[in-house]
Amino acid sequence: MNLTRLWAVSRKEAIQLRRDPRSLAMAFLLPVALLIFFGYAISYDVKNIEMAVLDESGSERSRALIEAFESSGYFNVIEYPASYGELDPLLDRGRVRLVLVIPPTFETDLQTVRGAAVQILLDGADANTATIAQNYATAILARYSANVVSQGRSLVLPAEAETRVWFNETLESRNMIVPGLVAVIMSIIAAMLTALTIAREWERGTMEQLSATPVQRLEVVLGKLLPYVAIGLFDVAVAIVAGLLVFDVPLRGNILLLTVLTLLFLLGALSFGMFISAAVKSQVLATQVALQTTYLPAILLSGFIFSISTMPLALRAITYAVPARYYVTVTKGIFLKGVGPGVLWVEAVAMVIFAAVGLTLAIRSFKKELA
Amino acid sequence: MPEAVQVRELTRKFGDFVAVDRVSFAVEEGEIFGFLGPNGAGKTTTIKMLTGLLHPTSGSAWVAGFDVLKQIESVKANLGYMSQLFSLYPDLTVLENIQLFAGLYGVGNDRFAERRDWVLEMARLSDHGDRLTGELPLGFKQRLALGCAVLHQPPILFLDEPTSGVDPISRRNFWDLIYGFAATGTTVLVSTHYMEEAEYCHRIAVMNRGSIIALDRPAALKGAIREPILEVTVDNAPRAVETLRRAPGVLEVTMFGRAVHAMVEDRATAQREIPRLLSAAGQRVESIEPIEPSLEDVFVSFVKRAGGTVAG
Repeated sequence: MNLTRLWAVSRKEAIQLRRDPRSLAMAFLLPVALLIFFGYAISYDVKNIEMAVLDESGSERSRALIEAFESSGYFNVIEYPASYGELDPLLDRGRVRLVLVIPPTFETDLQTVRGAAVQILLDGADANTATIAQNYATAILARYSANVVSQGRSLVLPAEAETRVWFNETLESRNMIVPGLVAVIMSIIAAMLTALTIAREWERGTMEQLSATPVQRLEVVLGKLLPYVAIGLFDVAVAIVAGLLVFDVPLRGNILLLTVLTLLFLLGALSFGMFISAAVKSQVLATQVALQTTYLPAILLSGFIFSISTMPLALRAITYAVPARYYVTVTKGIFLKGVGPGVLWVEAVAMVIFAAVGLTLAIRSFKKELA
Repeated sequence: MPEAVQVRELTRKFGDFVAVDRVSFAVEEGEIFGFLGPNGAGKTTTIKMLTGLLHPTSGSAWVAGFDVLKQIESVKANLGYMSQLFSLYPDLTVLENIQLFAGLYGVGNDRFAERRDWVLEMARLSDHGDRLTGELPLGFKQRLALGCAVLHQPPILFLDEPTSGVDPISRRNFWDLIYGFAATGTTVLVSTHYMEEAEYCHRIAVMNRGSIIALDRPAALKGAIREPILEVTVDNAPRAVETLRRAPGVLEVTMFGRAVHAMVEDRATAQREIPRLLSAAGQRVESIEPIEPSLEDVFVSFVKRAGGTVAG
């Protein structure tokens, strides 16, 4: 390997990149756009759920319960129907998602050992929101009950599950999404960036002139990779800063470890794009193939949105071949859990393998006539 | 004289198609060696095998003393290559292209400034170093491509139809450059389908359908044609070709602009019979003169002698 030749290729690639608006947009605008788009669009958090209350008790205690719902921040009481008959249209028309019915005997029942029952009606059409609303409502009721007990009533709570969520205490879905998103975006961008680079040389006939010089395959591949690795690291840095500042995502782990693993992932993903480029020799086709082979697996099979552990066995087996899976684990682990190499070594090994396989594929995909 | 290029039984097949069929020749140092033939004759394939861009199917070749099968990097370091398709980077400036190829060919910092200025001057681009290469007129692009191919002052230069698509004056200027290289000891191997370009070469390999059917100096090749050639000027050349193609004693008819070249068995008989035949067919003959054979006549003659038809 000759460093002068490698550097000549890198320099040329960087100049070409600088003059190509399409590549520039892909390198610098697309990642930020995707981050903002996904960061705001994907959210499982349910807030300000519209609800109605049928308060048949009309007591001090029932008003306290309603107050507990309102002050939770999750619910917004917008309707106070007077009778059962008025409830159905509210749910039917989707005006409210949850209805709380407090029976007339509520206050007196609270004094008994059996306790009081309230009724909660949910709009199950959106099952996800319904489940979350139900969980919030149950939690509010539990806290209300505990309050009642602590005020010296005779209610007995023999055992209580005290739930604490680790790593993402507030259960903000954004905290889960943004770190994974960095990984998904880089999977897509990296392959797309290099997908153009070799195909362009074939289309323009410059590959032949390049091949007639003493430059070696390894020098061409590494030389071409260098500017893109720099861009990739820059993109990840921007995404991390945006995650911290715009989305308030915590970064608990070691940033150096994240950088090293990111570098390995980028090497693999960029080489993979180059392999596609050299294999299909057409810029349009290469971009398509790069997008198709990275986009869906990165989103669906990486554990970014859908938990891998709940997938069917066959699908779970496939995820092991999706590089984004390991990188998603890395970003989530370092961001949220602050884990170190002791935990992420499996992913680190996977990254090394990915980078080595990517590079080998890229180098071998060149015409073997190249020295 | 030592041999700059030596080729033995070089063959390249693409599936069942034999693009180059057991070609052998040797080129001396400082020689301008031409490949003449129509498209598809195997010129480009031969050059690509010698420059390490294509693996030969069989046979062997040495360039600058290095084996093209085993010492490909040394071979490439000792040659300059310019292809028929302009292939510098269009989105790089003139200077950036020069810098790139200087890097790829390992032109050191000590020599770079001098070589860069030399290329700029040779390509007449001294004042346009910062222009994008893609915006240059074709003639300038080709000179720049040539300059980039010889930045490292290689002993051997391969030019694959270097002047295709440019006007005759640019072509003439380009050949002046080639003569300049040869004068300083550079060996030049050049392919062309322009007959008049082939005349500039020291020796020519006439290729057709993958084989070399003749190899000699241009004058010797012309001298090898025993059949006389008559140039017939007529009012309608295409029709005259049709008429003469079926005429007895006429071996080959080729159209040259408004005139027709006829290779004949016997000069006196033909000079008498051809005007008669054409007049009978209602065509007017303005003149009929014996001429020296051109390389095109040579090409046609050798193809016929090899018992083949012209590929392309």
